Amino acid sequence: MPELEHYLSLAVKAVFVENMALAFFLGMCSFLAVSRKVETSVGLGLAVVFVLTITCPLNCLVYNYLLKGGALTWLPVVGPRMAEVDLSFLGFISYIGTIAATVQVVEMVIDRYAPALYGALGVFLPLIAVNCAILGASLFMVERDYRVGESAVFGFGSGLGFALAIVALAAIRERMRYSNVPVGLRGLGITFIITGLMAIGFMAFAGIQL
Amino acid sequence: MRLLRKFLDSQEKHFQEGRPLARMHPLFEAADTLFYSPDKVTRTAPYVRDGLDLKRMMSVVVVALMPCVFMALYNTGYQANAALMRTGMTPEGWRAEVVNWLGLGFAADSFLSCLVHGTLYFLPIFVVTFAAGGAIEVLFAIVRRHEINEGFFVTGFLIPLIVPPTIPLWQIALGTAFGVLLGKEVFGGTGMNIFNPALVTRVFLFFAYPAEISGDAVWVAVDGYSGPTLMAKAMVDGQNALAQSDWSWWDAFLGFVPGSMGETSTLFCLLGAVLLIVTQVGSWRTMLSLLLGSLLTTLLLNALADKVNNPYFAVPFWWHFVIGGWAFGAVFMATDPVSSAQSEIGKYIYGFLIGVMAILIRVVNPAYPEGMMLAILFMNVFAPVIDHYVVRANIKRRLARNAAII
Repeated sequence: MPELEHYLSLAVKAVFVENMALAFFLGMCSFLAVSRKVETSVGLGLAVVFVLTITCPLNCLVYNYLLKGGALTWLPVVGPRMAEVDLSFLGFISYIGTIAATVQVVEMVIDRYAPALYGALGVFLPLIAVNCAILGASLFMVERDYRVGESAVFGFGSGLGFALAIVALAAIRERMRYSNVPVGLRGLGITFIITGLMAIGFMAFAGIQL
Repeated sequence: MRLLRKFLDSQEKHFQEGRPLARMHPLFEAADTLFYSPDKVTRTAPYVRDGLDLKRMMSVVVVALMPCVFMALYNTGYQANAALMRTGMTPEGWRAEVVNWLGLGFAADSFLSCLVHGTLYFLPIFVVTFAAGGAIEVLFAIVRRHEINEGFFVTGFLIPLIVPPTIPLWQIALGTAFGVLLGKEVFGGTGMNIFNPALVTRVFLFFAYPAEISGDAVWVAVDGYSGPTLMAKAMVDGQNALAQSDWSWWDAFLGFVPGSMGETSTLFCLLGAVLLIVTQVGSWRTMLSLLLGSLLTTLLLNALADKVNNPYFAVPFWWHFVIGGWAFGAVFMATDPVSSAQSEIGKYIYGFLIGVMAILIRVVNPAYPEGMMLAILFMNVFAPVIDHYVVRANIKRRLARNAAII
């Protein structure tokens, strides 16, 4: 039971307290650009959830068994001599590599089974590869020393938080069709203001200890 | 009255297109419709079904707020006078001079003294709110050529009621400006905003100047006096603290406790709620589901209370409903027809989740003793999503029904 509780609190924290989009402001480019319609943003949100849930534990494995100081000792023959080797300076490029490969797979799957969604996501699907929320989650994972299971839960929660935020923003922007925004603020300007106000709303969770 | 009509008619030509005062037309229009219903007739669909226009609707809300305003006037003075009597301090400043000049003294049992002393705190905040917010409203009306909206009238009444009496006036001006400008005017004015402007104002002040709007020292209008509110007590020691405090449950229900000026009295909020529900200006769906949400959450937390090392978990629901801004938020903030969910089913979901969130923030989040304000703002964010999916579900249901017939 305590194990389950631990995972649950980790997920809740990742979704609400440390929301990728509205607490860390990561992944802002797609957050602002693909939030015009609810349906599209749901698609992007799901893609982010999927990619994060896979890349986070993958990168966890990469870090723990390849990059970390002394990680390579599991190798046969050369293992014992690898205790001194620390490859963590290769972190960024390795994580991005994992992410890019995963995104390729997701892209092919969506193209095959949901062509409408593929069309709607357009250039932003390949751009998930450079979505800072995805890389951010992997870096948080390393920094906080999550194990494989934890990093999968954390990745899933972070993705869900991002999806929740982007869907909320998209619904707000759809309703804004009835608003009469000053000309100079239309489009991105008002979206920045809304994002700020949304972030204030999410501060309701700031300070919760789980 | 006919004289007034004639005067207004004779002045209208100055504000018509092409005349020097044309830009000031919103000001004329505001004065005109304050006295007379507009004579504009709808020529194209959709037609209005009854005579309730925005201005009358907003006046109902303001009337519903009147009991709370009265309580703000009286209780602010009462708390200050009671604190003065308890501590034996002598009041200073211009307010004390005015009260002394009137020869009223500072007795807590003197109704008139409490009322006047409270008014001297409430009125400056009220005036500054209207001056700052009204200036921005008028400016936008003139530049963007929309009418002066009565929406600000309600916002202007709400803001003084949800701040502590000791708040510096410049902060009120700044906060009101922020709320009206970024909460409402950038979206195009009344009816087009996403967030409740009064709440945006309060949240802005809460995060920007926490020292003046939270803690123990701000709730009673006496310099140097510091005492925890019921919320702060409940946070530290839960139910015991509430039971042992100077105030009984009835004090909290009637409103004779320190707090933000207009939110203390649950009874007077209920009076407002009755008026809002009878006139159908406020949604009973939101209020009812909010009540249910808070009730169920509290019962759930009570059941968990033994396992958790947090005395706030055990606080029963009848306390939750009378402390802090729960009642005021439920009646006047959550039911805001613009920023809440707009579909009927959506209102149930929206209200329920506010109720759940408010109690959760109070109990689970150690950073804030009160959660109502943030809960409503948080649900303002999700109201459009709720509406979107309610509408979607309805479309799907009707499609399925028609498919069956064909």
